[in-house]
Amino acid sequence: MEDILKIGDRSIKNRLFIGTGKFSSYSLMKKALEASQAEVVTVALRRVDDTSKTDNILDYIPKGCILMANTSGARNADEAVRIARLAKASGGGNWIKIEVIADNKYLLPDNMETLKATEILVKEGFVVLPYMSPDLSMARRLADAGAAAVMPLGSPIGSNRGVKTRELIEIMVREIKAPVIVDAGIGKPSDACECMEMGCAAVLINTAIAIASDPVNIASSFNMAVKAGRLAYLSGIPFGFMQPSASSPLTGFLREE
Amino acid sequence: MSYYEVIKRTEGLDTDGLFHSISRHEIERALASEVLSQAGFVATLSQEAEKYLELAAAKAREITLKHFGKTIQLYTPIYIANYCDNRCLYCGFKADNAFQRKKLGLDEVKKEAEFISSTGLRSILVLTGDSRSESPVSYIKDCVKILKEYFSSIAIEVYALTEEEYRELISEGVDGLTIYQETYDEKLYETLHPSGPKRDFLFRLDAPERGAMAGMRNVNIGTLLGLASWRREIFLMGLHAKYLQDAYPDVEIGISIPRLRPHAGDFKPGFEVSDRNIVQIITALRLFMPRLGIAVSTREDPILRENIMPLGVTRMSAGSTTCVGGHTRIINDHDRPQFEISDERSVEEIRSLLERRGYQPVLKDWMKI
Repeated sequence: MEDILKIGDRSIKNRLFIGTGKFSSYSLMKKALEASQAEVVTVALRRVDDTSKTDNILDYIPKGCILMANTSGARNADEAVRIARLAKASGGGNWIKIEVIADNKYLLPDNMETLKATEILVKEGFVVLPYMSPDLSMARRLADAGAAAVMPLGSPIGSNRGVKTRELIEIMVREIKAPVIVDAGIGKPSDACECMEMGCAAVLINTAIAIASDPVNIASSFNMAVKAGRLAYLSGIPFGFMQPSASSPLTGFLREE
Repeated sequence: MSYYEVIKRTEGLDTDGLFHSISRHEIERALASEVLSQAGFVATLSQEAEKYLELAAAKAREITLKHFGKTIQLYTPIYIANYCDNRCLYCGFKADNAFQRKKLGLDEVKKEAEFISSTGLRSILVLTGDSRSESPVSYIKDCVKILKEYFSSIAIEVYALTEEEYRELISEGVDGLTIYQETYDEKLYETLHPSGPKRDFLFRLDAPERGAMAGMRNVNIGTLLGLASWRREIFLMGLHAKYLQDAYPDVEIGISIPRLRPHAGDFKPGFEVSDRNIVQIITALRLFMPRLGIAVSTREDPILRENIMPLGVTRMSAGSTTCVGGHTRIINDHDRPQFEISDERSVEEIRSLLERRGYQPVLKDWMKI
């Protein structure tokens, strides 16, 4: 059976999502997106200039990709909602990644405001994917509010530190029915693979690709890593600690009965 | 709370002595640390740290790449008026300089806006001289009403306003505030500003905070290099930026480090600041505040501008003119620039330069929401 990720009414085969900031040029970004074979691409509405003939980022998104506008720059729920509506009105579709950040030091998201924006936008018919600090209760609330997925951070945006929040994300993967997509902090393909092995539905990568010396080839390698991690997860990873040992120091006494 | 209290605390501090007594050990510890403390900031600004410039630059470059990627934001200044009631010794617009003053009519603002927007820029910085009678807030608002039809982000660099006035301008469409303290040395400030509204050190010092309280998205501060010993000035400007970022975490804080340029008049900068010093300043600021916006203006020459780009610069002006109406040449022989610029390249030239250097020129980074 084909392994498909359903979000909203779309069926997605490639579980690598990509962000479009920080690239040295739009043309290089386009090549990286093509090499990654990503189907979901997020774009900050703040950077879209649809009045420009040469500098409209949307002209560089490969055809067939699902465009997920994001609310980068929003400092509260109200601003996120307004940006989402602007994105839809300008033809950006109804997928929205909510980013509410009122902390310019670490760029950590404001979960409370994110929830408020999610509640409003779901009611307005958006497919809402909220970016969040990993927190089980908040993830439940977001899912209950109708979020199409939840997107916890692996570590702070742009830090390339990998999945530092692993313990919390593992709990979310176990408990939340909505897809859990790790967004932010992934520094290298093996981090992305780790997320997929953990059972995450997808990963979203931006900085690690955009600032690499060769964004095109690293995009391709992320694609492979995500596929490898997913396949490993589906195959059932044998865990070392589950192997029976020759002697049974803890339960051996039971045989004496 | 005002940043003034922080300055007061440093008054008894022999900062010059401190900058000359930092050991190699302290610098190495600072460069090895994940987040620079205040002491680490002092260490990286010290004289001894000049020997570690390459190491500091490598670290600054990596931090900048992670946080800002391979991008540089572009903007241009638009001077709408040069009437001024101040007599700042270092400035070409000071009241004592006799030249024909100009203030753009609204039709001229439109003409300038049309031209600038045709270059692709969507971010603009509006400047006036310091004259509440000639360029009142109502006039600035009228100009903003026109400019917002052409630009997605509008910042102002005008005289210090009250919080309420900042609010008024924000509701009209302004999202950024640039205001330089020029010098953090209160006594020197008084000497340099013999008369006019700008003479009020405290009212100017608190202006960035009033802007942040009013809801500005971006607040940029700066010190004019060459007026005083740069290490102390940069130290106090860095602490000012940190103070603002701590108090207003949702505001993007940025800095500029303009060096004095020749202008009409005979003021000579008393303190030299070399290119090497500029590199040290940028790297130290980047290590101290990883997400700080750092602007480099067209006061600097093209070669320096290109070479310091990777070290921490996030914003650059392009196609600049410091004359009122200078973009569309609504100027005459009597007109005067505020200062001479060193990099006269057009927006197109700066864009292709950035592309050659592997940087994406970001022309639009915000919109009216």
